Amino acid sequence: MITAKQRFAVYDLYANYASTADACRFDDWLNLFAPICSYRIISRENYAAGMPLCLMLCESRDMLIDRIVSLQRANEYAIHVDRHMISGIRVTQAQGDLLSVEANFLVGQTNSEGELSMYVMGSYHDTVQISDEQAFFVDKKVIVDNGCIPHAISTPI
Amino acid sequence: MREVQWPRNDYSRVPYFLYHDAEIYKEEQAKIFRGRTWSMLCLAAEIPLAGDFRTTWLGDTPVIVQRAQDMSVHAFVNRCAHRGALVRRETHGNAQSHICIYHRWSYSQQGDLTGIPFQRGVRGQGGLDKCFEKSEHGLEVLRVEVFKEIVFGTFSDEAEPLVDYLGPMMREHIATLMKAPIKVLGYQRQAIDGNWKLYAENLRDTYHASLLHEFLVTFGLDRATQQGGVAMDERHRHNLTFAVASSDSDAEANQAYGAHSINSDKLTLRAPALLKFLPEFDDQRSLSISSMFPNAAFQRLNNSLAVRQIQPKGVDKFVLVWTFFGYADDTTEMSEHRLRQMNLLGPAGLVSMEDAEAIEIAHRTSRVVPERHSVIEMGGGGEISDRNYRITDVPLRGFWSYYAELMGIEPDGAVR
Repeated sequence: MITAKQRFAVYDLYANYASTADACRFDDWLNLFAPICSYRIISRENYAAGMPLCLMLCESRDMLIDRIVSLQRANEYAIHVDRHMISGIRVTQAQGDLLSVEANFLVGQTNSEGELSMYVMGSYHDTVQISDEQAFFVDKKVIVDNGCIPHAISTPI
Repeated sequence: MREVQWPRNDYSRVPYFLYHDAEIYKEEQAKIFRGRTWSMLCLAAEIPLAGDFRTTWLGDTPVIVQRAQDMSVHAFVNRCAHRGALVRRETHGNAQSHICIYHRWSYSQQGDLTGIPFQRGVRGQGGLDKCFEKSEHGLEVLRVEVFKEIVFGTFSDEAEPLVDYLGPMMREHIATLMKAPIKVLGYQRQAIDGNWKLYAENLRDTYHASLLHEFLVTFGLDRATQQGGVAMDERHRHNLTFAVASSDSDAEANQAYGAHSINSDKLTLRAPALLKFLPEFDDQRSLSISSMFPNAAFQRLNNSLAVRQIQPKGVDKFVLVWTFFGYADDTTEMSEHRLRQMNLLGPAGLVSMEDAEAIEIAHRTSRVVPERHSVIEMGGGGEISDRNYRITDVPLRGFWSYYAELMGIEPDGAVR
């Protein structure tokens, strides 16, 4: 059983995840992850077939940081604004200070001339650590339903 | 079809309308994808068991690839002979027969029409005429050949044997990549808003690699200062690009790239395992990617192994399917290393995400000037031949020369 405060902390975590990613505030985004953490984006096709291949795989906080540095220093990609809609946040399991949390997401993408398109939709299957009523991602699995990615993936989903 | 005016006979100028014209697209489907070429369909490892099938595309034709009970591999068009509906809607499965859901016409593992519900009607009424021959209404069958556990298909009786079509360069490259039994690690798919030929060019364009993909330079993965080059088949329709890691110095690269405002100050990764190269081939090449006309590429970059299939979806769009694999006898560590290194490639690839954007911006703005043309002159014009350097786009001219030959639009005195 988790407390109401813990539940609010989980909701805040997802709200902050969306707002930092959409604003490209990646340092703040990184701080939503615990020191020991992992992050992966995987297509529903591979996930359902039990195939391990991801679209993006960061097995440690260092790999997450490398990804962000590469985005900021080396990569070229479409100029765009993402907007995450995260809904249906539900805690499916609680064990000690670790929670299993699932949620749905929809990301719309707007280009530099203001045109909007639907980008990706899917679900998060996460492990969240609750400490002092603050929540952090320990493991984040981003399962993308539309595994046939429009354009490319640059900024995190 | 509109007449093609090539400004030069060496394909160093390519009219933009070839990327945007609906009639051209239709002709390509007939003369290239359904013409006397071979296309990659899938990997044999994807259909290991009797009855296994996979659905795929050859050009914009839907195809079922099937392993029959006797383990032979067959391919046929995934379109019901009755009313044109897609017969198999799954990406893969295992089946003795294929039944169209619309009127339950059924087909064998070889694509033969085997069952028609109510063929003789009900109580002697309705049904098909007695003279209707089921044998004339099977699914259209492709010629199939399996080379080194990769399944290829063609619609053409005139296509040369696959081994000749591939030629020694492609055969050797594929044989090296497929040196041992493989296991598929998964798929990546990417929908790009551009003409498929822009990707065929991109694969043959070693000039762009270290300029567009700054990660390559920044982290010393692939630089024009390294040993490497391009090699083509005799007809210049396929291409191999290769590089040898650590064959240049950081200082040399800094000097070469610094003049072009490219950040070549080597950044250090906090998790450098991503870039680790564990030599596993005799040739010491850390990058070796071959492109087969018209629809495939076979890739190794460090220890990341994949085949890529191009699926045209009309003039303005194509889907790129990446099938990543390792070897069946890989250790757990090696499998994990390959899965980690996948970060370099695919739609989110640290060294490949830029291709989608480059293709989309080229497609978008060339569309409105169909009468104008691109300039393909790196490595010089004239003769189309192999180069032992990387600042070249000669293989693009090779692609266009074979394209023009198949399409019947070669200029007078065309270079081949």
